[in-house]
Amino acid sequence: MEKVKLTIDNKQIEVEKGTTIYKAAKQLGIDIPVLCYMNLEDLGIENKPGGCRICVVEVEGRKNLAPSCSTEVWDGMVVNTHSMRVINARRTVMEFILSDHPKDCLTCAKSGNCELQDMAVKLGIREVPGQEYAEMSEYKIDFSPSLIRDLDKCIMCRRCEMMCNEFQTVGALSAFNRGFEAAVGPAFEMDIEYSPCTYCGQCVAVCPTGALTEKDHTRDVINALADPTKTVVVQTAPAVRAALGEEFGLEAGTRVTGEMVAALRRLGFDYVFDTDFAADLTIMEEGTELLDRLTKHLNGDKEVKLPILTSCCPAWVSFFEHNFPEMMDVPSSARSPQQMFGSIAKTYFADKIEVKREDLVVVSIMPCLAKKYEAQRDEFKVDGNPDVDFSISTRELAHLIKEANLDLKTLPKEEFDTPLGESTGAGVIFGATGGVIEAATRTAYELHTGKKLEDIDFKQLRGLEGIRKATVDFEGTPINIGIAHGLGNARKLLEDIKAGKSEFHAIEIMSCPGGCIGGGGQPLHHSDSGILKARMKAIYEEDADKPIRKSHDNPYIIKLYEEFLGKPMSEKAHHLLHTCYFDKSRKVEIS
Amino acid sequence: MSHIKVKIKEKDLNTIKQICKSFNNEPKELINVLHKTQEHFGYLPAEIQEVVAQELNVPVAKVYGVVTFYSFFTMLPKGKHPVSICTGTACYVRGADNVLQEFKRQLGIEVGETTEDGEFSLSCLRCVGACGLAPVVLVGDKTYGRVAPDGVKAIIDEYKK
Repeated sequence: MEKVKLTIDNKQIEVEKGTTIYKAAKQLGIDIPVLCYMNLEDLGIENKPGGCRICVVEVEGRKNLAPSCSTEVWDGMVVNTHSMRVINARRTVMEFILSDHPKDCLTCAKSGNCELQDMAVKLGIREVPGQEYAEMSEYKIDFSPSLIRDLDKCIMCRRCEMMCNEFQTVGALSAFNRGFEAAVGPAFEMDIEYSPCTYCGQCVAVCPTGALTEKDHTRDVINALADPTKTVVVQTAPAVRAALGEEFGLEAGTRVTGEMVAALRRLGFDYVFDTDFAADLTIMEEGTELLDRLTKHLNGDKEVKLPILTSCCPAWVSFFEHNFPEMMDVPSSARSPQQMFGSIAKTYFADKIEVKREDLVVVSIMPCLAKKYEAQRDEFKVDGNPDVDFSISTRELAHLIKEANLDLKTLPKEEFDTPLGESTGAGVIFGATGGVIEAATRTAYELHTGKKLEDIDFKQLRGLEGIRKATVDFEGTPINIGIAHGLGNARKLLEDIKAGKSEFHAIEIMSCPGGCIGGGGQPLHHSDSGILKARMKAIYEEDADKPIRKSHDNPYIIKLYEEFLGKPMSEKAHHLLHTCYFDKSRKVEIS
Repeated sequence: MSHIKVKIKEKDLNTIKQICKSFNNEPKELINVLHKTQEHFGYLPAEIQEVVAQELNVPVAKVYGVVTFYSFFTMLPKGKHPVSICTGTACYVRGADNVLQEFKRQLGIEVGETTEDGEFSLSCLRCVGACGLAPVVLVGDKTYGRVAPDGVKAIIDEYKK
């Protein structure tokens, strides 16, 4: 690779040709402020529209200032990142951005966690001259089951548009209109509910302002906890424990499982359970379905649909409902762990503690915003009563904990309650890309071969590459496994299946970068992919620490089948733990 | 929620399909396709954008983004006599805004609207390359140069039935 030498703020550096000024400066420890620019290294996600002009620098011999995020270096280049001219220009740019931005910071949902606010602090903005000439846009706020869009706060960084179109290939969002009215949203300014949005929440995860936030259910949860007639149970998704600590100043990747349980108990939940238990249950159902389809296939059944696709991720489910309605018989019919938990809690567990369904409130703590939408889907309600009443994000849980004057760091480590709190390492790894299929492989292998697995760490299934492939030897039967995270990657695998070119027997799909650890409800990563890697490491550490690491060995799962469900894929299991899908595509009809 | 239905007349659907096909259904040809489609229909309502999106395999949000970005495209039917006022730099400094205000007052409509009788519509555009004639007004294909507010009435009268 060709190298070039340049000088930035009087420091010399040699970098590869094609490097941007911004990245070269970073290597020197010079942190040029950026606003629209975003880069999740290791994941190939980069937003570089060069639009906001906050990152401008002075380049000797160049007439105008250069946007450092999108200007490549050249040999002998001399750059100044903080000359008077640069600082004045940067402040002017910021003042322009703020001129038509609402000034309700105190009550904004993003307050304290807002990149625009942080930038105003960094640049020392104390007044916004000329704002009387700015025209404030007046878009109506769009409340969907998962996310809230307040377009008056859009600064046109277009990060959400990039995530929605390039990473997810969902295409729900696009920039529209011009000038003060410019914003990003669905076609015809329709509510997001009527767009192909999957509620993956990646737009919220990258939005630097309060334009995109989650639908907040913390008040509903507090009300339920305060109601003496209600028994309130909580379930916590695997990825939450690997990220919650960040909201309390702990280093990314710090596991806070025990402290989280203690906090939930102090918040007043009557039973603190674990979605990981339901993840184990998912493996029993999905793994059995996989083996069933596989056995039929090996016996020459031409009708059987292979590959089987996982169905844990609600954004992924919406994605194929919108985009591949002709393939709805390919994914597993197993419900997601959140919904399996709700279903079992409101039947098996409610019976056990003799509480009526309507008096039992199920709250889920999820790294995800699509789970909010999933929880209110009609097929997951019995006589209008949802299996999961409220789904709140990791961020919302952090708010609840802080509001209750608890400091997560100083709480003791406590254990989940039984029976729905007991889980295996296989349940934990659902939180990272490749985890579901690894968990399924651990169980399917033993059930298929009747032999005990020697090495249960299928490391070939782990990692951050967008599409991964591996072959696992089931004692002479090679099983081809595919893994995709990000719906754009999933789309590629689906197109192959549609064209009859897929080589896989089973495929795991997660919508978010890195899987649930990078979910739209997690503490904001502020484009630091190191945070995702640290969370992933924490997930696998948690698995390694578990005494039981295969779902079918979970004693409470065994008991649940003995006492209640019979066997996997039984009629009862089908009724309570499986679902069907709906065509949500856009169709042109002749009027 | 079940699937979203987009209703359109069969004749119109076939016209749009044909236009898209003449550009090989190439997503990169979106702007050209929209040009041709607007030429045919006079405007680009939502259902037409939906069909274009489907035919070119681009998100309908993107189509809407392009339609709302370029002032040439319109989602509202234009009047029989579309009035366009250049508000580019040269025309603007020579008083285009006053001319625009006078058109708004006389026609009783805002920019982007059409008169109730469907005769006139009003839009702004940026530079028609005739800066020497600033401020410039176009009615249909006809160009009027050095227009002053007191000349607006005469222009409108030319087109009144």
